Amino acid sequence: MKVAHPRCARGSSPLLAGVALLAGAVASPSSAQSPEPPPLIAQGCIGCHGQAGAGGGTVPKIAGYNRDVFIAQWKAFRDKQRPATIMDRVATGYTDAEVALLADYFSKLK
Amino acid sequence: MTGSRTGITRRSFGTMAAAAALAAPATLRAQGRARLVVVGGGFGGASAARFARVQYPQLDVTLIEPKDKFITCPYGNLILAGRRTLPQITHAYDGLVKRGVNHVRDAAVAIDPSARTVHLAGGQSIAYDKLILSPGIAIRWGGIAGYDEAAAQTFPHAWLGADGAQITLLRRQLEEMPDGGVVGLAIPPNPFRCPPGPYERISMVASYLKKAKPKSKILALDAKDQFSKQGLFQDGWKELYGDMVEWVPLGKDGKVVRVDLKEKVFETEFGNKHKVDVGNVIPPQSAARIAIDAGLTNESGWVPVNTRTFEALKAPHIHVIGDATLATPMPKSGYIANTTAKQAVAAAAAALEGKPVPADPIYYNTCFSHVGDDYGISVINIFRPTDTGFQDTPGGVSPRGPLAERREQRRLEALHADTWYASITQDAFS
Repeated sequence: MKVAHPRCARGSSPLLAGVALLAGAVASPSSAQSPEPPPLIAQGCIGCHGQAGAGGGTVPKIAGYNRDVFIAQWKAFRDKQRPATIMDRVATGYTDAEVALLADYFSKLK
Repeated sequence: MTGSRTGITRRSFGTMAAAAALAAPATLRAQGRARLVVVGGGFGGASAARFARVQYPQLDVTLIEPKDKFITCPYGNLILAGRRTLPQITHAYDGLVKRGVNHVRDAAVAIDPSARTVHLAGGQSIAYDKLILSPGIAIRWGGIAGYDEAAAQTFPHAWLGADGAQITLLRRQLEEMPDGGVVGLAIPPNPFRCPPGPYERISMVASYLKKAKPKSKILALDAKDQFSKQGLFQDGWKELYGDMVEWVPLGKDGKVVRVDLKEKVFETEFGNKHKVDVGNVIPPQSAARIAIDAGLTNESGWVPVNTRTFEALKAPHIHVIGDATLATPMPKSGYIANTTAKQAVAAAAAALEGKPVPADPIYYNTCFSHVGDDYGISVINIFRPTDTGFQDTPGGVSPRGPLAERREQRRLEALHADTWYASITQDAFS
């Protein structure tokens, strides 16, 4: 499903906005039910990484990020093995279980 | 939210509420849907309203906010540096309206927690099943002797976004100040809205003065001995502005206790009088009036809340978020208002459906500050609720070091801050 770019959602019709919202949520196996909402802990990420992880400016897109790579890079940030301006400090604050949840969620976004 | 007194006492409110209920079909209840009402259209309230429409479309969502657009305090300091204009930090509510938020353009003046109604300035009453109260701060007029509401026309505070008049006034005063003048700041003790804000303001004023009036000085009189990201700020001021900035801590008689509007003097605790050409008073603060009048605050002047649901300890069904809360060590910031808004709405929705409150929430904050052009710094905190408060996992501050080593770090952080601003305002208003 084509995602309306979050910035284009401003001023768009309610229908397009609805499409963007659905695409931003985790898809559920049953098409008859509404999609599962994103995990609440992912909300802290959107302040910088944007709605549905689309990124912007100098902040990378994390929507569609490979799940295993996400987890490995998070560990590298946490262990100060990967150059970072911000993420090494963010990475210290989440548990492994939370990181796995975030990795699952963002990997499924377009 | 409105900070003005309305003269409504608790006794007269009861009578008025009864009269309103009889006189007018004032509620906006959609048949059969649970009613989530949000008071305050700032970072907390707008984020809450938008999130509620996205995640819980079964809820009827009303936003009570008298203004038709929101001017952010974040990035207001960049107006002082000449790097932003007011329209660039102004956000309309039509995005929320398009999402199905019912925007009631009136001021909430009182809440009746037992009747679960919000009373509006125009006389209407709005009933709620759950209330998200995000009213922001009120200024404690008279907390500094001589600094009443009228004094803000001489010494602007520019600490409430409101209609942009205050930040515009402060910028104009800086433009009109001759070279060699003194810009004075009076900085309050903790807790106050936006802990690094006054120091970003110093930085942005310095940035302007260095280019336009390089002989000028900044005198920062602080009621504290330490401040957020202090090492980084002071390194930056020295590196970029030489000795333009003088910061006076509490222990060196930094606390301003009186202002003289006519003489343009800031007087500190031990009687020292500091003449200023431009004066910015950041006054002591409390939760907004509406929260105090509803009986939600304690002796601190802020609202104590349940750390997992943000329900006011003093009133069920009212979830209080943002700067009005007593939530130390969480800073009073737009990012915290935004992330806690999600948990508050989720908790309210869960209660309405008889489901458990979402467990193990995270309240996230990155606080960016601009120290100069291409020079940004940040502090990161990840908070989690405990039974008694909020536990901080500090991510830490930006690395220190001279520009020769840190130029790219500072440059990127300034740009990340710009993206943060765009992302978070989209998350609140689009």
